[in-house]
Amino acid sequence: MTFLRRSVLLLYSALIVAPLYFVVVTVFKSSPDFYAHPLGWPLPPTWTNLLRLFREQPLWQYFRNSVQVTAGTVLLVLLLGSMIAYAIVRFRGRTAGLLFMIFAAGLMVPSQVNMLTLYDLARKLNLSDRPLGLILFSSALLLPLAVFMLSGFMKLISRELLEAGSLDGCGEWSLYWRIAVPLVAPSLASTAAFLLVVVWNDLLLPMLLLGSKSRLTLPLAILQFRGEYVTDYPMLLTGVVVTSLPLVVMFLFLQRYFIAGLSEGALKG
Amino acid sequence: MRKRLTLWVFVLPGLLLYAVLFVYPALAGLFYSFTDWDGLSPSFQITGWKNYDTVLHSLVFQKALWNNLKFMAAVVFGQTLLSLVLALLLSGNRRIYVPLRALFFFPAILSTVSVGLIWSFVYDPGIGLLQGLFNLLGAEGLAPSWVGDRRIAIYSIAAVQVWAHTGQMMIVFIAGLQGIPAELKDAAAIDGGGRWRIFRSVTWPLLAPSATIVIAYTTIQSFKAFDLIFTMTDGGPNNATEIITTYIYHLAFSSYSFGEASAGSALFLVLLAALTWLQFKALRADRISY
Repeated sequence: MTFLRRSVLLLYSALIVAPLYFVVVTVFKSSPDFYAHPLGWPLPPTWTNLLRLFREQPLWQYFRNSVQVTAGTVLLVLLLGSMIAYAIVRFRGRTAGLLFMIFAAGLMVPSQVNMLTLYDLARKLNLSDRPLGLILFSSALLLPLAVFMLSGFMKLISRELLEAGSLDGCGEWSLYWRIAVPLVAPSLASTAAFLLVVVWNDLLLPMLLLGSKSRLTLPLAILQFRGEYVTDYPMLLTGVVVTSLPLVVMFLFLQRYFIAGLSEGALKG
Repeated sequence: MRKRLTLWVFVLPGLLLYAVLFVYPALAGLFYSFTDWDGLSPSFQITGWKNYDTVLHSLVFQKALWNNLKFMAAVVFGQTLLSLVLALLLSGNRRIYVPLRALFFFPAILSTVSVGLIWSFVYDPGIGLLQGLFNLLGAEGLAPSWVGDRRIAIYSIAAVQVWAHTGQMMIVFIAGLQGIPAELKDAAAIDGGGRWRIFRSVTWPLLAPSATIVIAYTTIQSFKAFDLIFTMTDGGPNNATEIITTYIYHLAFSSYSFGEASAGSALFLVLLAALTWLQFKALRADRISY
């Protein structure tokens, strides 16, 4: 490696690591220590912020809410999206083209455009402030992207394989479930990783649909911590670190799927 | 025939969900943009193009549009250049490159709210990381107020967006680079091409599709940005960081002008649809084969 290459990489690594390092260190600092030496090593390191945060905030409740909404949405989108993608591949011809167009059109409409009517419709359908409502709305908004990504993957399955299965007396359900789904499983996994990041981190839709404190998902919860710990960076940053941990741990183990999924999402979205 | 009927069963649940919770709200939004509805009362009047007129002439909307263009220009320029450089440096096969790619990508999995709060700490004028750096260099008084100064706030936030998503775009470029056959570069080298010449004449033209994807995606993302600005400044100070999405949000949920906000949304939609269309056009035009 040349000197120049090495210095650029080192500099950019520092740019990524430095903010994260100081945030993590702050978790273990008492407030007086932090305000006296904001960038120093914690003297002595303390668990106070963590204990206080778990005592003062219904964190487990927020985790449960986030897990419930994220799991529900990711599973529903994968199921409905892969079924539609399968049908598009099997229909062929005009019907397939039309279906594809209908969903692809949704890619041009970002959820920010609909924020008012989504908010209004949720109230009218009695889906406001309910995890189920958030799951259904999130799924509807993510479905176009999922159909787009998944039908791209399903098209790669050889047509002969499905037709051979069909001749052997397989119905559409078993073709879908026993041949198509297993064949695209790795792509389903990266699509799932992509959806997971989007839903887990989403702010706008939960903000529009959820009202009561006990329903909040994690991004909304840490925004609320900011209101409560307005001058207390150690507590606020502890909230940031604790709520980010689940995805960070998953990323460490499943990097491949996250990186593939998030760049696929960029290519198609 | 039976087969087609069964296939419709595959499509129907998703289609229904999409129609009711996505397509209907989108169309209803268009309708409300021609009314004076406040979002609460049961009655409203049809007012024609009045909302569009009001929004287009509103100083805050014009400011939001201009801020959004500044934000976009800064993010697209910074992010594309930086991610390209990093991709060129990291596209090889050294063992150290894999963890470095993962590290650079890492901020993309954090929630925008977390990223916004982390950078609020970095930018804090009293005890922030950057202030600490200035103090270390003995330049206490020289640190600007990163998100408090109206002239630079939008660029400070643009820098955060670049920090969070450059690694993701770097991966797109790396995928593009790895698709270029090594023989092409070897042949150019044998023909006596220097490194810069090879980059300009071989690598860059073949990388153009990736560059188009990166630029298009980044452009659209910087118009959609909402979470980051909402978390860091909420449009302040004095509307200096108000962009179109936060403007729509404030119009609807602070001033309760649903009609006007819907008109703003419709204008925003036209803008994004045009950008998406340009993206498709550009992707077609840039296809190069070898």
